[in-house]
Amino acid sequence: MTLFDDYLLLLLSVVTALGAVFVRDLLSGVLTLAAYSFFLALLWAGLGAVDVAFTEAVVGAGLSTLFFLVALFLTSHQEEVHKRLQVRMVTLGSLGVLGFLLLFGSVDLPVVGDPESLPSKHVSSHYLRKSLEETDTPNVVTAVLADYRGFDTLGETTVIFTAGIGCWMLLRRRDDSAT
Amino acid sequence: MIRPHDSVIVHTLARVFTPIIQLFALYVLIHGHDSPGGGFQAGTLFAASVILPVIAFGIQGSLAVLERRAIILGAVGILLYAGIGLLPLILGGEFLNYGELPIPGMETSARRHWGILGIETGVTLTVAATAVSIYYSLRERGEEEGK
Repeated sequence: MTLFDDYLLLLLSVVTALGAVFVRDLLSGVLTLAAYSFFLALLWAGLGAVDVAFTEAVVGAGLSTLFFLVALFLTSHQEEVHKRLQVRMVTLGSLGVLGFLLLFGSVDLPVVGDPESLPSKHVSSHYLRKSLEETDTPNVVTAVLADYRGFDTLGETTVIFTAGIGCWMLLRRRDDSAT
Repeated sequence: MIRPHDSVIVHTLARVFTPIIQLFALYVLIHGHDSPGGGFQAGTLFAASVILPVIAFGIQGSLAVLERRAIILGAVGILLYAGIGLLPLILGGEFLNYGELPIPGMETSARRHWGILGIETGVTLTVAATAVSIYYSLRERGEEEGK
């Protein structure tokens, strides 16, 4: 992946993100968001994070788009803009502060692939060198997810299951609760 | 209310893509050991392959049995994961140490492979069941409110 491709994908993801915010029809907004996720997935793939790209593509562009679409059927397709000025000012102000904090934090991020950066100096070099020997798993990501951090993944799976139960309890038919 | 689509293009595409998505999900699950992907991605793909026919053809003729029961499969997935983790612990080893799984006549590396495949299957079941269950819950609420 050349630098030009990276900038092109960054530009496309920024354009689609802005499009998703500014488009009035929520259906178009959801689909623009799916396109944004797809460009983001390509960016991850270009950075070498293929597993992250895969997850972004199936969850960001696929499943969450689907959930948004079904949720849209339960409400209106049209965006309603808050008329009250105070509400809009508070939203603008809090989002501005959040954006500033994110940009402020991004200054300290290490350069991609920097061997002297803190994340590269910690356990990751051990994983990269020893994972095949210690876990007999060729894919380092799987070795970390399922073996070194297997307990974490069990917790994550439980979190997903809990989210499913939560939705089921909140959205189930009324006559169920009577019986 | 979400009505089934009556376009021939949508029906044909749904019919063609459903088995391909399922096959790909299986591939991603089984090859998670060696290549990108794994339980989470495979589960999402399986969920997509169940939801796609429901969107295209409507609730009739789909796996409507799954409607209320999907969430139970999610619990089965977690039990599978935790069960595989507990087996070595019961036999005096460490929790989730796949190398000490009691499978006779197998090298340690093969045990690790099968152990990881087992827990990935558990993750797949839970993720797929949760996604399908959320979809059905949303849809059911929509039909209840007559939209």
